[in-house]
Amino acid sequence: MIHAARMGHMGGSLSSVDILVSLYFHSMRCGPANWGDPARDHFIMSKGHSVEGFYAVLARAGFFPESALADYGKFGGMLYGHPTLKVPGVEIPSGSLGHGLAVGVGMALAAKRDGLPSRVFVLMGDGEQAEGSVWEAARAAAHYGLDNLVAIVDANGLQISGPVAKVMNSGPLAAKYASFGWAVREADGHDHAALTAAFDSAPWKPGAPNFLLAHTKKGRGVSFMENDASWHHRTPTDDEYGRALAELGARQGSGAAEAWAAGEGGAR
Amino acid sequence: MNAGKASCRHAFSAALLEAARKDPSIYAVCSDSKGSTALGDFEAALPRQYVEAGIAEQDAVGIAAGLARCDKTAFVCGPASFYSARSLEQVKVDVAYAASDVKVIGISGGVSYGYLGSTHHALHDLAVMRTFPGLEVFLPCDAASTAAITAYLAGSGKPAYMRLGRGPVPEVYAPELKAEFAPGRANLLREGRDCAIVAAGEAVQPALAAAAILAVRGIQARVLDCWSIKPFDVAAIEAAAEETGCIVTVEEHSVHGGLGSAVAEAVAQSRPVPMRIIGFPDEWAPAGSSEELFAYYGLTAERIAAAAEELAARAKGR
Repeated sequence: MIHAARMGHMGGSLSSVDILVSLYFHSMRCGPANWGDPARDHFIMSKGHSVEGFYAVLARAGFFPESALADYGKFGGMLYGHPTLKVPGVEIPSGSLGHGLAVGVGMALAAKRDGLPSRVFVLMGDGEQAEGSVWEAARAAAHYGLDNLVAIVDANGLQISGPVAKVMNSGPLAAKYASFGWAVREADGHDHAALTAAFDSAPWKPGAPNFLLAHTKKGRGVSFMENDASWHHRTPTDDEYGRALAELGARQGSGAAEAWAAGEGGAR
Repeated sequence: MNAGKASCRHAFSAALLEAARKDPSIYAVCSDSKGSTALGDFEAALPRQYVEAGIAEQDAVGIAAGLARCDKTAFVCGPASFYSARSLEQVKVDVAYAASDVKVIGISGGVSYGYLGSTHHALHDLAVMRTFPGLEVFLPCDAASTAAITAYLAGSGKPAYMRLGRGPVPEVYAPELKAEFAPGRANLLREGRDCAIVAAGEAVQPALAAAAILAVRGIQARVLDCWSIKPFDVAAIEAAAEETGCIVTVEEHSVHGGLGSAVAEAVAQSRPVPMRIIGFPDEWAPAGSSEELFAYYGLTAERIAAAAEELAARAKGR
């Protein structure tokens, strides 16, 4: 998608895609079949720029045909460079950072007041934690005891202009969320077993919202992209595209890509 | 005009409570603003449908959008100055772009807060809100119109911004008028063919009083209440231009981007006529009460009448 459209956010899509796969193909009760069910789970892509991996997962989950992915970056098409409501499976438009957690609080609160079993998953970036609105919502989630809310930070350590710790250090995130009244866990954000174990065991503490600090690698899976901030929104040359595909293909025996290719049985 | 005064915000909270008693999916979201929005009764009567966000307008709008995604109709209520600036991006993205069933209720709009100063004034809200596609923008002028528009909002299913004043205001719509409030339709309050006075919100009452003054001087002014800033009644404005030959607009808003601009956009492209835009100029207002500021900037019956008289003479002389 990114290579063809000559635009996109490669690094963050690769750092977050294992989290998306774990949610859509294992932990969440959210797919095209139950989209109209108010009791289903919800997902908010607060770091809206990591959209290419998100589109690929939504297509694989059956929200729209995979052939539609060719539409990405085409004039008048459905797939913008950030998620919109034109895309089946997208709950709320995003792209401006720091919005998703508050929307998630509203959804989790609605589920609580309606007595529904819905859980709400919100994926944010670590650079995004610099937005003050994130912390307004973090406070409200604890105030209302939203243990049906799971906030995940894709902690790849890099943002557009460099290391998060150097640009604006928002850490230590686990300690900060804990001090805001959240139940906190950390996991390898590329380890599907660790991720699904965390998601499936929420709520971790009754009455407390759940915060998962997912340690990830920006550009994960492509050696020359990993941990390089320039891949935040760089597009690969033809040569780089070929090498990246070769590397990802070679990794198919390594678990993550295999599970990805198999779709882990599809969305429940 | 001698009928008892009532505040729009109290009319709003009463109408919202009435609607929410019938429909449990109607929620109110406040940001430490239940006093200023007069929603204390709502919280006491329907606590399950009330959400307090604390002093955090961005969070309040985001929460309202989240509630709306889960089949609620969320009224997020607080000072217009904050909701049209601090949380403007949430209104743009989470409400308008997301087509959320959220109503942003800006209380104490314009210069309602008077002496509290420009931090608390909202004289830019119409200008920004009416540029967001899909967001309806309403500006009632009295208690009856506020109640009618609130009832519409409770069932519209669309995003909207409604600005309300703070203090008690005279009745414009007597119950026996049985006025209709259909979005996109201006209400004709007085017929006239010598000039048109187009107003909205709390400027409607002095506009009507100006027309009464003009009638004594032999000038028949048409008065339109453009409470629906968006969708806007372009046809009524074009007809006013065609049939009266000149238009004075009056608004409790910056002269840039509000009602006067909307009228100018309509007539300049189809039936250009002389216009005068009365409102707040490009400066920070001096210390003063709402009434003192209306007087200082010419939003009074006498000054509106004088402007209309001068404009009508100029239009006739062309």
